[in-house]
Amino acid sequence: MSVLVYAESDQGIIKKIAQELISYGRALADQLGTTLYVAVMADVGTQNLAQYGAQQIVHIEHEALQSFSADAFAQAIAQSAKSVEAEVVLVSSSANSRYLAPMLAVGLDAAYVPNCTQLPLSTSPFQVTHSVYTNKAEATTEMTSAVKLIGLAKNAFGVSHFEGTAQTTSLTPDLNPSKCHVSATDRATDKVMIADAEIVVSAGRGLKGPENWHLIEDLAEVLGAATACSKPVSDLGWRPHSEHVGQTGKPVASNLYIAIGISGAIQHLAGINSSKVKVVINTDPEAPFFKAADYGIVGDAFDVVPELIEKLKQFKTLNA
Amino acid sequence: MEGIVYLYNEIKRVQNNSFPMKILVCISHVPDTTSKINFTDNNTKFDQNGVQYVINPNDEFGLTRALWFKEQQGASVHVITVGDAQCEPTLRKALAIGADEAIRVAVPATDGLVVAKALAQIVSEDDYDLIIAGRESLDYNGGMVPGMLAQLTGFAFVNTCIKLDIDHGKALAVREIDGGKETIEVALPLVIGGQKGLVEESDLRIPNMRGIMQARSKPLHVKELTPVASTATTLSYEKPAPKEAVTLVSGVDELIDLLHKEAKVL
Ligand SMILES: Cc1cc2nc3c(=O)[nH]c(=O)nc-3n(C[C@H](O)[C@H](O)[C@H](O)COP(=O)(O)OP(=O)(O)OC[C@H]3O[C@@H](n4cnc5c(N)ncnc54)[C@H](O)[C@@H]3O)c2cc1C
Ligand SMILES: Nc1ncnc2c1ncn2[C@@H]1O[C@H](COP(=O)(O)O)[C@@H](O)[C@H]1O
Repeated sequence: MSVLVYAESDQGIIKKIAQELISYGRALADQLGTTLYVAVMADVGTQNLAQYGAQQIVHIEHEALQSFSADAFAQAIAQSAKSVEAEVVLVSSSANSRYLAPMLAVGLDAAYVPNCTQLPLSTSPFQVTHSVYTNKAEATTEMTSAVKLIGLAKNAFGVSHFEGTAQTTSLTPDLNPSKCHVSATDRATDKVMIADAEIVVSAGRGLKGPENWHLIEDLAEVLGAATACSKPVSDLGWRPHSEHVGQTGKPVASNLYIAIGISGAIQHLAGINSSKVKVVINTDPEAPFFKAADYGIVGDAFDVVPELIEKLKQFKTLNA
Repeated sequence: MEGIVYLYNEIKRVQNNSFPMKILVCISHVPDTTSKINFTDNNTKFDQNGVQYVINPNDEFGLTRALWFKEQQGASVHVITVGDAQCEPTLRKALAIGADEAIRVAVPATDGLVVAKALAQIVSEDDYDLIIAGRESLDYNGGMVPGMLAQLTGFAFVNTCIKLDIDHGKALAVREIDGGKETIEVALPLVIGGQKGLVEESDLRIPNMRGIMQARSKPLHVKELTPVASTATTLSYEKPAPKEAVTLVSGVDELIDLLHKEAKVL
């Protein structure tokens, strides 16, 4: 019996969500009194994984795994899990992990519960809590399959630090070729991605027009943040669709979400409410966003944002 | 089972290169987002009181794309829901918008794997070329049924699909990835987890009188199945504690100070 984490990487570098997942996996392995195995693709160096809690490392080696392919990755992870007799398998909430997890669940004949927000309430019986109804409620679910697959919600568990080293074993999985062939990838590399961002700066119709978005971009730049927008803003063509967040757009689970000139309609909030700290800047004190936010300024974006940019620059120099 | 369905479809494709595709659209029947979420029976059941049910928005985009294949390429479109009789109005709505036939699988939708296994059973009894499901449903937010169904049937799978074109059994699908998109070439049979982008919002259809009348005489099959045992049982629900009131700040300096010292996010 053991716990296995699939730790995602990008060009050989372990992702931040994967560090978090390893720490979560270690806490769960300790709770179960067992060992934490961490499966990584072969291009990932293994030295530094022990610091997040890895005890054993499974290096997955296969040339078909050099770029992401959900069906091939799912097969490889299933075989790693079987090789270490994992009772619990853990994946993150990234787009790629959400893609492969259901296939992995079938491969392991495992019950799968995504969006888990904390460590299991109990491990015998095995009960987990996870968010449902677009974060409007939490459910407690009992998992009774022999192998259990858990998806950890974004930003739900911090990164912990451990001393020690981990041993590495290699595994070359036996793979059926992927059914899907990726013929083109189009990815902005210079911008902070909404999915990975610690801070997201988002603006709505209150900004009046696309010509004013330099304010949002400047603010995002000072903060190292991703930019986002409300749905009407992308519908009007002021910003690309990829920036649209909310129920019908991208979900956001950042540490800090700054909403500028966004009213805070329920469909908008549904997509951003798992962000930790929410700030609203709006001229209308009655805007519903004030009910959802932690901090708010009642004021005109065209006055507040330029000042905020200047003051943040000073703050950054002082705290550098 | 998966091998047989796959082979059958492969043979059919080789023999008969000219399509009309058979499309199955998986519909989940969900509370509208603006619904107030409440629980009853000591927080063990969802309170349906006053809740408006709709076709899951991601499924509505997929259904509308399926109807495009029907109108442009002569495809036939079946819609399917796993659930009790209360889901039937949602299926009727799909028929009124233009689907040809509806199937309700009379199995309680207790968890994703149970639903996927029930759907796989129905798929194995027919010869669908394309299964369109949604990226995730608004209620359980599992995002799991389409991928499980693909794995169970041996069909290929493209998730977070924002564009889909099909020509002679070959699909060209665009998938949203973190920070961009990728184009995927894949042969049918195929399952997609679809979302906005498959069609635009302005393409979505509202049932008209004629459609509603026609839907009454379209077939709605009810299939009884013995469900597999659930291995993930939800015991109870809890709503988050009411949030503390917002801290209103008068100026930018105070905001930066609070974000730094109190919230510790700067
Ligand atoms: C099925 C469905 C799905 C939807 N999905 C989404 C979704 O995913 N995401 C989403 O965002 N929306 C979604 N919506 C739309 C949503 O209901 C709202 O209409 C939308 O979020 C409003 O956008 P907004 O806040 O930018 O604009 P508005 O509602 O017009 O608000 C603009 C705000 O800016 C403020 N303002 C004006 N001038 C200034 C100024 N100078 N400085 C500061 N503040 C100012 C105003 O007081 C106002 O509060 C959906 C709707 C439906 C029906
Ligand atoms: N009970 C159901 N009946 C039919 N299709 C479903 C059902 N539940 C989920 N689906 C399909 O699977 C998709 C993802 O749902 P979920 O895995 O619940 O997030 C939905 O958008 C539907 O297309």
